[in-house]
Amino acid sequence: MSTVLPEQGSRIRSWVTGFRRRETLAAYGFLSPWIIGFLVFMAAPMIASLVLSLTDYDALRPANFVGMSNYQQLLLDPKVRVSLANTLIYTVMMVPGTMVIALALALLLAKVGRRSVGFFRTVFYLPVVTPKVAVGVLFLLLFNGQVGLINSALSLVGIHGPQWSTDPLWVKPGLVLMHLWAVGGTVVIYLAALKNVPRDLYEAATIDGASAWQRFRRVTLPMISGALFFTFIVETIAGLQTFDEAYAAFYGSAASATYSSDAALFYLIYLFQQAFQFLHLGYASAMAWLLFIVIIVITAIQVRLSRRFVYYEGR
Amino acid sequence: MSAKRDRILFWVILTAVSVLFVYPFLWLISASLKPRDQVFDNVLIPTTWAPGNYVSIWQVAPVLSWFVNSVVVAIAAALTVTVASAVVAFGFAYFRFPGRNALFGLVLATMMLPGAATMIPVYLIWNSVGLATTQVPLWAANLFGSAFYIFLLRQFFLGLPRELFEAARIDGASYWTLFWRIAVPLCRPALIVVAIFELKASWSDLLKPLIYLRDPALYTLPRGLKAISDQFGQAGEQRWEIVLAGSVVTIVPMIVIFFLAQRHFVEGIATQARKG
Repeated sequence: MSTVLPEQGSRIRSWVTGFRRRETLAAYGFLSPWIIGFLVFMAAPMIASLVLSLTDYDALRPANFVGMSNYQQLLLDPKVRVSLANTLIYTVMMVPGTMVIALALALLLAKVGRRSVGFFRTVFYLPVVTPKVAVGVLFLLLFNGQVGLINSALSLVGIHGPQWSTDPLWVKPGLVLMHLWAVGGTVVIYLAALKNVPRDLYEAATIDGASAWQRFRRVTLPMISGALFFTFIVETIAGLQTFDEAYAAFYGSAASATYSSDAALFYLIYLFQQAFQFLHLGYASAMAWLLFIVIIVITAIQVRLSRRFVYYEGR
Repeated sequence: MSAKRDRILFWVILTAVSVLFVYPFLWLISASLKPRDQVFDNVLIPTTWAPGNYVSIWQVAPVLSWFVNSVVVAIAAALTVTVASAVVAFGFAYFRFPGRNALFGLVLATMMLPGAATMIPVYLIWNSVGLATTQVPLWAANLFGSAFYIFLLRQFFLGLPRELFEAARIDGASYWTLFWRIAVPLCRPALIVVAIFELKASWSDLLKPLIYLRDPALYTLPRGLKAISDQFGQAGEQRWEIVLAGSVVTIVPMIVIFFLAQRHFVEGIATQARKG
């Protein structure tokens, strides 16, 4: 940096004087909580977790550097494979399910009178404020194969319901259904987006002879694509980090002993066990980084897709 | 005519769906009031009433102190995150300074950072300062604000007319006065939205209490409910009526807050959509 180009020099100078200004100092004063929090609780931990993932740290003995062996072990660990597969399968069922049902309910709500909207919206939102740990407990009871409410109701219409809470094939569909119970948050988002669609677009489409389906496909969907995309990303990230309801229903000090199948072993549950039950902090850090990378890759693909499908007004 | 018929049809469908959404709550409350051998009879009105379940639960578990713990932690989490996020959001909304856009981009980027990625080192930090088995880690990180709330509040602060602040500046008001006396009172509804969202998030959290709390006396309600269901549920003593009463105690406070603050919940969610 011995030679600084003239215009570059003036830019640096204006940057430095910018810093000296009282306003800038005050601004950084206001930002300081976040900056400190970012450094202490995000940046440093991300680096620390990367370093830890290269060690065999177990909180009891000093850490030894082990190179990439934690990552090699990740690839060979059958439980990592199972838990990752479980998490992906669950997310692939849960996200489209949530979006389709939420959109259907929001479309229905948009069509009924204003007074009933408030009532239905309240009803749909109640499960959203219910703590997920209670949802997990309820799951075991409602989805009990022999005496649960779901199978009793199914038997009324002559269907012999599956063993939701013990049959490995049915555990994840059951958890998806339980998650769909809390679809109300997404419904409210879609309803707000639907209300923002200008009415004259529908009128113009109707005059042009568009059918109800065409109006939905060519007007409604593009106009609410921003909200659809937002929930697509948020629900996916939430799905990949599923923990509370599955852990409450199937894991824990005592319950883990009775439920031998790994059908409900979500990635975050296995990560939690490795880190805080077996104290394999180095190995669990490698798991955390793998999850981080999986989430970044999936989100990046989704953002790519959105460029094609999302319509932004005024662009 | 057909529009009206459609509307009635929609109304019937929505009512049917509503029954699906509400029935689990009714089942839960009704089952929690039944004696042990009738919990699974799936009758809505208990044949034999057993309100004593709610007495038993106070006897077998320190539910009252769990409740108090949950209230204290939730209020601490909501207050700290609201004040800190508002301060930072004001910094981004009002001032023009070098590095603003880059920093705000960083704030948005951290929204994507999964909590799981930093979980272990953050635990080690609290461990090294001797707070790893206390309730402090459940809320103290909120002192530094939270990306989503900063984003939300910045939107609201940007909506305030700038002349308001400039007039106050000419009158000699400090930057803190601009924030505390002008911005905060005018954005009170948005601040309430943030506080209520965090109240709900903190009240429901299971993962952090599982990581940090060792002493049952310090448990929050979700952690306590997990302990109850371990002891009295599937793998334990099969006293489901206790587990059910515990679930009701965990759920009801949130339902009450929801009804009191319903408007704010809906506003907050709808704002999320505008961001999309």
